[in-house]
Amino acid sequence: MPELARALEPRIISAAEAIREATVAAMERDERVFVMGEGATDPKGIFGTTSGLRERFGAHRVLEMPIAENGWTGMAIGAALCGQRPILIHQRVEFSLLAMEQLVNNAAKIHYVSGGRHRAPLVIRLIVGRGWGQGPAHSQSLEALFAHVPGLKVVMPSSAADAKGLLLAAVADDSPVVFIEHRWMHYASGHVDPEPRAVALDGPKRVREGDRATVVATSYMTLEALQAAEALAAAGCAVDLFDLRVLRPLDVGAITASVRKTGRLITVDTGHATYGIGAEVCARVTSAAFEDLRAAPVRIGLPEHPTPSARSLAEGYYPRSPQIAVAVGRAAGVSATVLEEVCAGLARERDAMPLDIPHPSFKGPF
Amino acid sequence: MTQTTMRPTLTSVLTPHARIDLFRQMLRIRRIEEEIARRYAEQQMRCPVHLSVGQEAAAVGACCVLRATDQIVSTHRCHGHYLAKGGSLNAMIAELHGRVTGCCSGRGGSMHLFDAAAGVLASVPIVGGNVPLAVGAALAAKQRRTNDVAVAFFGDGALEEGVVHESANLAATHGLPMVFFLENNRYSVYTPLDQRQPARPIVAFADAHGMPARSVDGNDVLSVREAMIHAVARARRGDGPSLVVAETYRFLEHCGPADDDALGYRPAGELARWQARCPITSFEAYLRELGELEDAIIEAFKTTIAAEIKLAFADALAAPVPAPETAQEGVYA
Repeated sequence: MPELARALEPRIISAAEAIREATVAAMERDERVFVMGEGATDPKGIFGTTSGLRERFGAHRVLEMPIAENGWTGMAIGAALCGQRPILIHQRVEFSLLAMEQLVNNAAKIHYVSGGRHRAPLVIRLIVGRGWGQGPAHSQSLEALFAHVPGLKVVMPSSAADAKGLLLAAVADDSPVVFIEHRWMHYASGHVDPEPRAVALDGPKRVREGDRATVVATSYMTLEALQAAEALAAAGCAVDLFDLRVLRPLDVGAITASVRKTGRLITVDTGHATYGIGAEVCARVTSAAFEDLRAAPVRIGLPEHPTPSARSLAEGYYPRSPQIAVAVGRAAGVSATVLEEVCAGLARERDAMPLDIPHPSFKGPF
Repeated sequence: MTQTTMRPTLTSVLTPHARIDLFRQMLRIRRIEEEIARRYAEQQMRCPVHLSVGQEAAAVGACCVLRATDQIVSTHRCHGHYLAKGGSLNAMIAELHGRVTGCCSGRGGSMHLFDAAAGVLASVPIVGGNVPLAVGAALAAKQRRTNDVAVAFFGDGALEEGVVHESANLAATHGLPMVFFLENNRYSVYTPLDQRQPARPIVAFADAHGMPARSVDGNDVLSVREAMIHAVARARRGDGPSLVVAETYRFLEHCGPADDDALGYRPAGELARWQARCPITSFEAYLRELGELEDAIIEAFKTTIAAEIKLAFADALAAPVPAPETAQEGVYA
């Protein structure tokens, strides 16, 4: 039966395409859903994630925005209070900093402060840049800023399937959801369910199983950590790898259970390590499972300086799979010689690829 | 010129009964805020209060032309707007007392008054931060074709905030059904307007955003109402936003129940000059001149209002405070 064969065949699309699919499905399902952003209707359609939406749903549901982030974030909140369900898009996280006032003072609090009477069902899509010399104010991964605020939900997908499912859940959620897309994650391809099925915003996903250590990563760093984990597994050191996915509300239950088994915890942030997501995960798990830890938790994240533009300066700025493998291997007691081989293998693979672009097919600019 | 872009029409005819009701509403807001001021020292209302004594004509003149489904957003100084739009007095007084029966269940205090049934969408204490919420309410009205309008109340200080200009640009660009209602009371806390903004007519703000505007005597309830009739009609027709500037004055301190003239930040005699133009006493004199208002009516109003206030305070004080363990509830919807 060729139909059945087709149905069982994996349907491989990129995360960017999956985000567009989720948006279309959400808009078809619910006429209160609309999209707004600077460039939402431009020819490039925000890295393809909004392409064709205006033609399909009309100008009243796909709104081009002036360069006035705090203003249109407040506008979205006001519309949400009146029953609409806006999806806001910032092509770079940094522009959303201009809207922090509305997000933190109004969106995050209005349900609470109204004694539960008001709802602000917004989705704020924030895209994190990386590479191609984008420099200090076009490449920040500031999820910890948003995750600090009670009342906001913060989600970071790392796969195409989750990008679609989590975005559908975010749009259906009655609280404001900050949906952070790493630009390099947009290129992550995989099987995506053609049906619009939401993936619950209920916590981390175990993407690899093992008992030697517990690794927790966010967004694109899950992909780097997965490479490290696979190389280590081939060398006989299998680890539990969690894709954190939902940064707030944070549920570390499964991670804690894993650490009780492995005794070792390594976190890998897309952002700065200091005051970062990994710091919170380490603190919570250490408090809950101190007696089961056999080594001090390790945080991997960005160093204590802004992102420089020049390729030479950016060298070493982003943690990569060999660095992750070293940290995990050391914690798990892998011998230095084995670890050297693992890293050499990963480095050979990595060195074949340029450091400042997500994939050799990429021709720049972002 | 900005001033001439809104033509006066003859839509503003009022019956004597309606005129007297405008007086009653202003008197009611004044009496409620005076009672808050009088009882503030009892320390049962343990939250900041920003009283609008002296600015009642702006609130009543603006809200009297709105329907319940029209949305307003207000500021830290929200009591007058909330009451003029029909917000529940009992829920407001309970909120000031931090009771579960408050409009925010005791979680907001006096700067977050709202009443969904009355169309008081939200009050927001960050200057200018409320204005884009009205833009959003207007956007929702347009998307849902409700023919409702939204009104953003804000002060002269908010005009210094970028988000107010962003909001005006958004509303004008998208032709949204809303009114920007600016109460110029001349002070941001203690800092006078001339130290904060250049010397130009404040109403010129609208020109930059391609909006019609009118500046009115904000202590004259009929002038405010007249300007709002045109602005609201324009919004309802689908012709986009307008600005109304109400020139007015705050009689009491920025925050708290007291007269603060002794601080010396107001030029000598300024407060007295504005008090002589009190929106309530001057409207009372006008209505008496017309032969529409007399002592007996005023006394009846005062009696009814006093009873209503007494009940609101008694109900608030009798209501339970929120249980401490509920503090962590309702962070997420």
